[in-house]
Amino acid sequence: MATADGGAYSYSLTVFSPSGKLVQIEHALAAVSQGTTSLGIKASNGIVIATEKKSSSILIDDSMIEKVAVICPNIGIVYSGMGPDFRILIAKARKSAQAYWKIYGEYPPTLVLTQEIATVMQQATQSGGVRPYGVSLLVAGYDVHRGPTLYQVDPSGSYWAWKASAIGKNMINAKTFLEKRYNDDISLEDAIHTALLTLKEGFEGQMTEKTLEIGIITVPSTEELEAGKIGGETGRPKPTFRKLTEEEVRDYLAL
Amino acid sequence: MSIMDHNGGSVIAMAGKDCVAIASDLRLGAGAQTIAMNFEKVFPVTDRLYMGLPGLATDVITLREKFRYLTNMFHIKESRPLQPSTFAHLLSSTLYERRFGPYFCEPVLAGLELTPSGTYQPYIAGTDLIGCLNFAKDFIVAGTASDKLFGVAEGLWEPDLGPEDLFETISQTLLNSVDRDAYSGWGAIVHVITADKVVTRTLKGRMD
Repeated sequence: MATADGGAYSYSLTVFSPSGKLVQIEHALAAVSQGTTSLGIKASNGIVIATEKKSSSILIDDSMIEKVAVICPNIGIVYSGMGPDFRILIAKARKSAQAYWKIYGEYPPTLVLTQEIATVMQQATQSGGVRPYGVSLLVAGYDVHRGPTLYQVDPSGSYWAWKASAIGKNMINAKTFLEKRYNDDISLEDAIHTALLTLKEGFEGQMTEKTLEIGIITVPSTEELEAGKIGGETGRPKPTFRKLTEEEVRDYLAL
Repeated sequence: MSIMDHNGGSVIAMAGKDCVAIASDLRLGAGAQTIAMNFEKVFPVTDRLYMGLPGLATDVITLREKFRYLTNMFHIKESRPLQPSTFAHLLSSTLYERRFGPYFCEPVLAGLELTPSGTYQPYIAGTDLIGCLNFAKDFIVAGTASDKLFGVAEGLWEPDLGPEDLFETISQTLLNSVDRDAYSGWGAIVHVITADKVVTRTLKGRMD
């Protein structure tokens, strides 16, 4: 295993090398670290996830590119790595959330959905005829039991909870930056600004509302939770995750 | 005679002020013949949620075990309390899975739901054998004496009963209803659920 290309262990099936490595997973992580930077910060009253939206040519209509995705009203995710792989995972995650809703009449807690996604990604490391997903994800969600939570999922299927983290290109620098900036009682507004400042380090090109995507979790009040219960005022839970509009992003950039 | 009536038995649930009660008779029959007088039809789901399963006895036991499995799996996977409203949907979807070959049971739920403000709210619900949920503010009845239970409960139930009064009301309703039903009776068991405890009492009826 001295060859730079991974030798015989680098093709198709994920097989252990004698040293105990799964080279395909390391290649997948390499694909992730080439992807644009994404980050997530947990605040005292919410979470922000954000990413750089980079297009290879000015001729591309970037209004249709979606890197921050809504999974269900209380969960959103962002990725670094391969776009097409992310699309597949979005579809699977949304399906999983709706299947949970069909059984329990409510959307899954963040941890449960994260585990579902992590299981899908793990399966790709052990099944025949497939390659691991070339993405890392940041999953932000809110549920009554655990409150706002932020998870990272890697191509191996590992997942962790974070207070703040970054993935993709520049993740080392971004994480160091976040470590300096983070404290436990940061507000959501401050977290959004910290997110933009962090992305600014190593941003390629101009940072505008067209080249940024931001999603936020807001913690609902007790009244909003009561109104969302069956027999409550609306009986329909208010979404706790939403993407910021281009206007909102522009306003945050102006500050 | 319908397969739903073969083994006999009835269940009733009532809501009170910050408490709920659920009760069943104890008869197990085979048609008109009585087989046992200690067949309970109400089972705990969580500390604050009980489920009554009147209907075909074999399905009563099968469903009791099935929901024991499902609630255990829920607690292991999600490590959070299972709320009555969540369990009601699980119950509904599990029964509807067998839409064209159903379990011959009509479950009744009685529990206390944790509200976002941290208090407990009475929660009672019933379903038909294919899982159509029925929420009620007052009471839910099911089983071979359901028509009698409806009438007596309609007459005896009143809003905001405390645990002791609710026990008296549900007990009188059940005992007097099953006396008018040949397939239910032989005593009863009553559970009164409050936020801090569950009180279970066994009652003697006409025993004939």
